[in-house]
Amino acid sequence: MRFLFKTSYAQELGLFRDNVQRNWYVALFAALLVLPRVVPDYVGDISLVFIYGLCGLSLMVLAGYTGLISLGHAAFLGIGAYAHVFFAHDLQLPWIVSVALACVITAAAGVLVGLPALRMTGVYLTIATLAFALIIQEIFSRWDRVTGGLKGKPVDKPVLFGFSFASELAFYFLCLAVLIGALWLTANLLRAPTGRAWVAIRDSEIAAQSMGVNVAVYKTMAFAYSAALMGVAGALFAHKISFLAPDIFSVLLSIQLLLMVVVGGLGSLHGALYGAVFVAILPVLISQARDAVPAWHGLDRFVKQPGLEPGLFGLILVLFILFEPLGIYGRWMKVKLYFAMFPLYKRATFKRQKAYMRSERLR
Amino acid sequence: MDTILQLLLNGLAVGCIYGLVALGFVLIYKATELVNFAQGDLLMLGAFTCYMFVVWYGLGYWAAFALAIAIVALFGAALDATVLRRVIGQPQFAVVMLTIGLGAIFRSFASITWGSEIYTLPTPFSARATRLGGVTVSHEYVSIIVGTVVLCAALYAFFTYTRVGVAMQAASQNQLAAYYMGIPVKRMFSLIWAISAGVAAIAGVLLAPVSLIDINLGFIGLKAFAAAVLGGFGSIPGALVGGLTIGLIELFAGAYLPHGVKDVAAYVVLLVVLAVRPQGIFGAVGRKKV
Amino acid sequence: MTLLEADNLAINFGGITALAGVSFEVRAGEVLTIIGPNGAGKTTIFNLVSRIYDPTRGRLSFCGEDITRVPPHEIARRGIARTFQNIELFEHATVLQNLLLGRHAHKRSRFVEELLFLPRVRALELEHRGAVEKVIDFLDLQPYRDSLIVNLPYGVRKVVEMARALCTQPKLLLLDEPSSGLSVEETEEMAFWIQDIRTLLGITVLMVEHDMSLVSAVSDRVVALNYGLVIAAGTPRDVQAHPDVVKAYLGG
Repeated sequence: MRFLFKTSYAQELGLFRDNVQRNWYVALFAALLVLPRVVPDYVGDISLVFIYGLCGLSLMVLAGYTGLISLGHAAFLGIGAYAHVFFAHDLQLPWIVSVALACVITAAAGVLVGLPALRMTGVYLTIATLAFALIIQEIFSRWDRVTGGLKGKPVDKPVLFGFSFASELAFYFLCLAVLIGALWLTANLLRAPTGRAWVAIRDSEIAAQSMGVNVAVYKTMAFAYSAALMGVAGALFAHKISFLAPDIFSVLLSIQLLLMVVVGGLGSLHGALYGAVFVAILPVLISQARDAVPAWHGLDRFVKQPGLEPGLFGLILVLFILFEPLGIYGRWMKVKLYFAMFPLYKRATFKRQKAYMRSERLR
Repeated sequence: MDTILQLLLNGLAVGCIYGLVALGFVLIYKATELVNFAQGDLLMLGAFTCYMFVVWYGLGYWAAFALAIAIVALFGAALDATVLRRVIGQPQFAVVMLTIGLGAIFRSFASITWGSEIYTLPTPFSARATRLGGVTVSHEYVSIIVGTVVLCAALYAFFTYTRVGVAMQAASQNQLAAYYMGIPVKRMFSLIWAISAGVAAIAGVLLAPVSLIDINLGFIGLKAFAAAVLGGFGSIPGALVGGLTIGLIELFAGAYLPHGVKDVAAYVVLLVVLAVRPQGIFGAVGRKKV
Repeated sequence: MTLLEADNLAINFGGITALAGVSFEVRAGEVLTIIGPNGAGKTTIFNLVSRIYDPTRGRLSFCGEDITRVPPHEIARRGIARTFQNIELFEHATVLQNLLLGRHAHKRSRFVEELLFLPRVRALELEHRGAVEKVIDFLDLQPYRDSLIVNLPYGVRKVVEMARALCTQPKLLLLDEPSSGLSVEETEEMAFWIQDIRTLLGITVLMVEHDMSLVSAVSDRVVALNYGLVIAAGTPRDVQAHPDVVKAYLGG
């Protein structure tokens, strides 16, 4: 077991716990730089993982840190994507300006949803975001002039400062850079008073309020920031899929995004990224596993049914909620602790307290 | 005038379905504070089960109807006993995700078992109508309205006059006190899940002749949410009134407002209501006690 | 000097009258305790002072300023901090993070600065940390600094909650049943801390308490409440002996 010596208060303000941790991250970064050379065939898929990572980050801020569950994040992704394509193609604005504008518009949409959401709690908020997403999806399919309606809208490759990111490799690095930037900004917020206020709202709104947190303002900020991240993700996503159609941004995508943060582990930035990797890899794994199933009593035909995949996603979600509510990140922490404490690991360390029905209603 | 009457009738029928699904949400929410996002998918299972008995096994409509209710209700109780009981008291988030996951599993199950085509359920009311003045009264719609009224009366009587019904109300209001009074709270909750699933199945079978059956039938649950929220989520009459309101708004919006408004009318109303009265129309102001 | 003054406060919930016109004042530098049987309206007074509830009638003033309509998050900035009867800590955060949130009322950094974590934010964070460490030293919380609240025993959580309230550097501290759920030893310790808070930090304390030994040990004055009305006020000894108070507790 390694002990950490703390010698100054400033030490705890750093992004990394200690030099060892920082070196690991540097190593990871180096690995990501050479990764395209190692697996050239998967560069496009990995870019998608980065984009999902951005989405995960966005939802993690809102759901994992502020405790506001949104079932409408696909709508923000869509708004970001359509807005970016509209500015960059139809209005021919420079890429950076277009992304920034898309960001502002999604943030504004976030505030729009956030404002009525302030007075709602728990499930009402979730349902309100769901309703919002369904309305937005309908707008996508009806507002032909901007969105191309049901016919869809093709998207060109990004061009930045005259440099084209048309190749998979260039796009890979663009996504990586944006993701790292977003991670840095988010980590900054989380170690500053704003992040603490968000966590406070998540754990006890009433105490946060008595400590001077303006709950309305911070909830709106969380919505706006989360939506803005989603806007950037949407712009990249548009380039990635290179064709926008309204039914991409459905409730199912919102659910998949939520699945990402739950499976990754709520309340940690690591979790958002683990979840992104998981959600991106799972379909690949499923399709490979399908091919490996033997033709025993028609079992192979059974597993090749198209309807099976969403069910598998659902099953994974259910199993995680029941058996590992802390997600992959939580499991990773347990494994780490197991080896750190070996042979003295106690299962009870992570045992949840027995919970009885906790009423959120006043009686 | 006739058009309006016609719309009123159809709107009420559609609204009844929303109301019934919303009723299922509310029953479970009142008892366990869980919000069941899979309620719509239970409805879909009910419709498919009935279809299977009628078309595959050649059972009569009424027998198939009864069997479908019984099977889905049992399934609801089993679901509570095996899965949902574990998440009581956990954060809202876990519950929402869990039921969403369950819904996905149900849809997958339906698509594997019954296929992903679209089916019609033949019923004694199919394609029959009576003309009353200028209004075409389709028997399918009448069956929905009558079914809803009968079901609500039965539920009302059950919760007010039977021992079990009163015990259930007690368990919903104060879990611990009910437990101390010797009410088997866990069994009550399973029973509430059974009733709620049964109501969903009834709604599914009533809806089937009007709307055709496919695995996405459950998405009607999203609109029923609007109904439940409109009614305050904790109120059973509220859920029904909410359902009827949504049904009427939808049909009238479809007739008099531009194309596309019909599909989102329910959600717009929902957002407006939540923005103005966050606790719904019939809901009580709730706040955590400190 | 009067710090907090409640004038004819009343509140109804639906048809139930929780407070029916309560007046009292808290003088600077004293420890005032509100006692009363369950349901007398003690915690309701706290919720009114911290502006979680709106009074139906009456007026609240703090430092000579009317705070009856001030939004709840402004209360901490004016110098009132509180604890809760059933502990409302941020359970999935460390003790340190909880205490740092207590500094929120003194936040001076802007959103964009925080987004980029500019040197100014860093300096401000260090300043907050310094203030928090003083409270940690004062209440002997050093061993728990990095523990998550969920892993702490109840008694420690009680102290952490008090520490969080102290981090706001309040003029008036509201303690809602500081001894509930504590052992006899922990209650004695709590009594010393309340005295220290008053004498060493110069903070005025208004508390709700049931434990009479703690009440008599620390309070300068006591207000007794029953059915939403003040039935007695004065020194702990006088109030305890007051016939109406005896009647309220023992019935008859």
